[in-house]
Amino acid sequence: MPVSRYVVSVLGVATICLLAWSGCDRSRETHSQGGPGAIATLHYFTWSDYVSPELIHEFEQTHGARVIVDTFSSNEELLAKLQGGATGYDVTVPSDFMVSVMAAQGMLAELDPAALPNLNTLEPHLQHPAFDPMHRYAVPYLWGTVGIGYDSAVVTPPPDSWDVLWDGRYRGRISMLNDQREVFGAVLRSMGQSMNTTDPTMVEAAKQQLIAQKPLVKTYASEHYDQLLASGDVVLAQGWGGPVARAMRDRPSIRYVVPKEGGTIWADCLVVLRASPNKALAMQFINFLIDARVAARTSERLLFAASNREARAWIRKDILENPAVYPPAELIPRMEWMKDVGKAMRIYDRAWTELKMQ
Amino acid sequence: MWLRGISGLSLAFLYLPIIVLVVFSFNASRLSAVWQGFSWHWYGVLRHDDALLAAAANSLWVAALSTSIVVLLGVPAAMGLERLRGRGRRSLETIFLLPLVLPEVMMGVALLLFFVMIRWPLSLATVVIGHAAFNLPVVIVMVRARVQKLDPRLEEAARDLGASAWQTFCRITWPLVRPAVLGAALLAFTISLDDFIVTFFVAGPGSTTLPLRVYSMIKSGISPEINALSSVLVLSSMGLVGLSLAFQRR
Amino acid sequence: MNQSSFSVESAAGSRSRFAGFRLLVPGLLWTIVFCLLPMIVVLAVSFATRGTYGGVVWEFSLDNYRDLLHPLYGRIFGQSLLMAGMTTGLCLALGFPLAYYIARLPPRRQALWLVLIMIPFWTNFLVRTYAWIFILRTEGLLNTVLIQLHLISTPLDLLYSNQAVLLGLIYGYLPFMVLPLYVAIERVDPALIEAARDLYADRWSLFRRVLLPLTKPGMIAGCVLVFIPSLGAFLTPDLLGGARSMMVGNLIQHEYLVARDWPLGSALSLVLMLMVMGSLLWYFRAQALQAGTGGGR
Repeated sequence: MPVSRYVVSVLGVATICLLAWSGCDRSRETHSQGGPGAIATLHYFTWSDYVSPELIHEFEQTHGARVIVDTFSSNEELLAKLQGGATGYDVTVPSDFMVSVMAAQGMLAELDPAALPNLNTLEPHLQHPAFDPMHRYAVPYLWGTVGIGYDSAVVTPPPDSWDVLWDGRYRGRISMLNDQREVFGAVLRSMGQSMNTTDPTMVEAAKQQLIAQKPLVKTYASEHYDQLLASGDVVLAQGWGGPVARAMRDRPSIRYVVPKEGGTIWADCLVVLRASPNKALAMQFINFLIDARVAARTSERLLFAASNREARAWIRKDILENPAVYPPAELIPRMEWMKDVGKAMRIYDRAWTELKMQ
Repeated sequence: MWLRGISGLSLAFLYLPIIVLVVFSFNASRLSAVWQGFSWHWYGVLRHDDALLAAAANSLWVAALSTSIVVLLGVPAAMGLERLRGRGRRSLETIFLLPLVLPEVMMGVALLLFFVMIRWPLSLATVVIGHAAFNLPVVIVMVRARVQKLDPRLEEAARDLGASAWQTFCRITWPLVRPAVLGAALLAFTISLDDFIVTFFVAGPGSTTLPLRVYSMIKSGISPEINALSSVLVLSSMGLVGLSLAFQRR
Repeated sequence: MNQSSFSVESAAGSRSRFAGFRLLVPGLLWTIVFCLLPMIVVLAVSFATRGTYGGVVWEFSLDNYRDLLHPLYGRIFGQSLLMAGMTTGLCLALGFPLAYYIARLPPRRQALWLVLIMIPFWTNFLVRTYAWIFILRTEGLLNTVLIQLHLISTPLDLLYSNQAVLLGLIYGYLPFMVLPLYVAIERVDPALIEAARDLYADRWSLFRRVLLPLTKPGMIAGCVLVFIPSLGAFLTPDLLGGARSMMVGNLIQHEYLVARDWPLGSALSLVLMLMVMGSLLWYFRAQALQAGTGGGR
């Protein structure tokens, strides 16, 4: 009967394909670990736009290696996948607070400073960052601030405090990040507290302020607030500098400010995973990425600041002078790194959930 | 007549955002918020973006393969469930419907833990398996709804007339069950194309699918290149539909 | 002779029962390995404790379940059930006419229409949702068109609300309803519909007396395929709802990833699953009734 033969053959083909695939993958792995004839392969686990094909190509040419890029869409997903036991990646890009978590779990390989000469020319505030003072595990790659993007044509006078996000004049045209630490951080800073506080009374007070703010907030968005700023739906947006800089291109009246009470400073860091089979190549890759000229191109493309201070010489003036990308130097001492709050996370969680359910 | 009107409106409803996204694929600005002028720029970027095109190809492959597997597993399962009587049936039905009920994060992490435990290296194959796992209930639910309505006397009659199990299936059961299977396959294929979470957790290094690439773009904004890719997909699919319509007329 | 045929029949009956079970085995094995085992892991984790940095510490504790007794979580579940229920109902209302229309088309056209319905969902979800944001926002497509046509004077506040989430969910799950309904309606003998028409049945009686009983399994299948996933939806409430509210999907996602509280997330998942099982039991009961009453044979 033609139909039964058809069914059996489809089943057979499917099985064969499946086996072939697993077979192919296994052979690719063994091949990459093979003898001198094999090309070394580097697996880079990163954000989608962090790589440009030209840069990858350049590295592949100069080092005779192959770079394969995989992507993730949040720090937490990265951690969960690695915690679950996924291996095969060499270099990845966690954010600063995630570096401490990953290091505490023993996921990271120690770096060899000799293999990373570009470490000597980092920006001053990145030379001994709180989360990894000796660069034992992580090399800062791109950094920036969290502040307020606003439409200067609508928001007058120019804001300088987190309190402007509670201003009733902009009711329904304010957006906050959909990130519990950052949102609470903004309130806590405006109350004069650290954003890393574990004091339940402070968190409770912050929560009350946020509940009072909620009717004014249009949306809690961590990703498309640049679109909302550019289209005018929102005139005040808490956000990272890069997306606000992007919105500036479409609507020139948009400005960025880090309030006087201070804000978060963040840095995405390059790390080598402990399970990586190509640590030497991985460190060469990291050194390549933070090289002044390479970093400058990445910085111009993504509108995030580069960690190498010598990159400033290669970056366009208008980007260098954009406070959304490169914050003024006098601002930096007032900024705070986000730290993991351990058990107190439950307090923040509960408060955040209660805020959402108002 | 009103039926045609409602159906037309429903179709318009389904395609409204698609029209918007196709239009914005021609937007000169990188942000899909404001129209800055007509441009083919993003289609050019798409043409040279090998990584994205490879990811798209992977997605199609995974969807096709996982749909085949899930149909081959699900149709017999649905029919088997129907033939079963008694207590065992209730608990088996529950077990089969489990993947539908599990939150995706849980399923992704659990599958990852499982593959790591049995030392099966992550790859595109594990993605296919993951997709087949959560799509199985979809096929079973749809095929069962149809199989329930089958008159068992038809099958019994065929058997009584000396037909073997295969012949009964091919000549009697299959033609009656076919619309359900095709519908289930279509649904499973669509779900598989756009899956992110389970795929993320079980994909191996070097095995990217389209959603993995696109969701990762949220940090620097989703480029209209994705709009261009989606437009190409939509327009080529509709082109194929149009072609088959034309062929049928002949 | 009667006796021998009787014994042949019962032998055939038990043979088919056996054969039925044999058919199940591959699918069953697959599900047990890839779903039941993970579920058992989750059950175990839900009784554990969260480590300081988010790992799992294997100390037995009922704290997670005790925490869930807080009325806050009850409200979240309630809201999600309501939203999922409304989505299912409206999908049914919208999907039935569409499925009926397609089922009555000439056979070749049916397949094409079905594919046409699915094509929009072959685009990326994020891009599709951003398109909806563009349509629904204050200065977006819908408001601009309505203002141009002088139907309204001030823009409607459609986005970042529960209504927008409902719209997004209905949009996303409509095919899950239309396809099973189509399969069910296609089976209905057109002669029955003709007969009803001949007897001067209006549309509503036609639906209630003829179509509804005959397509019940399909309707139930569609409802199951829409209700359960929409209960666990989290991206649509975040993007279209402005993340102003939390649904169960958001909460579970949050606990697993952001809070790195796998025990609490597992406890939530289990409670959700039990709730869904409850509604599935209704599904089985309805099916049993179908089979019992001879289901339209």
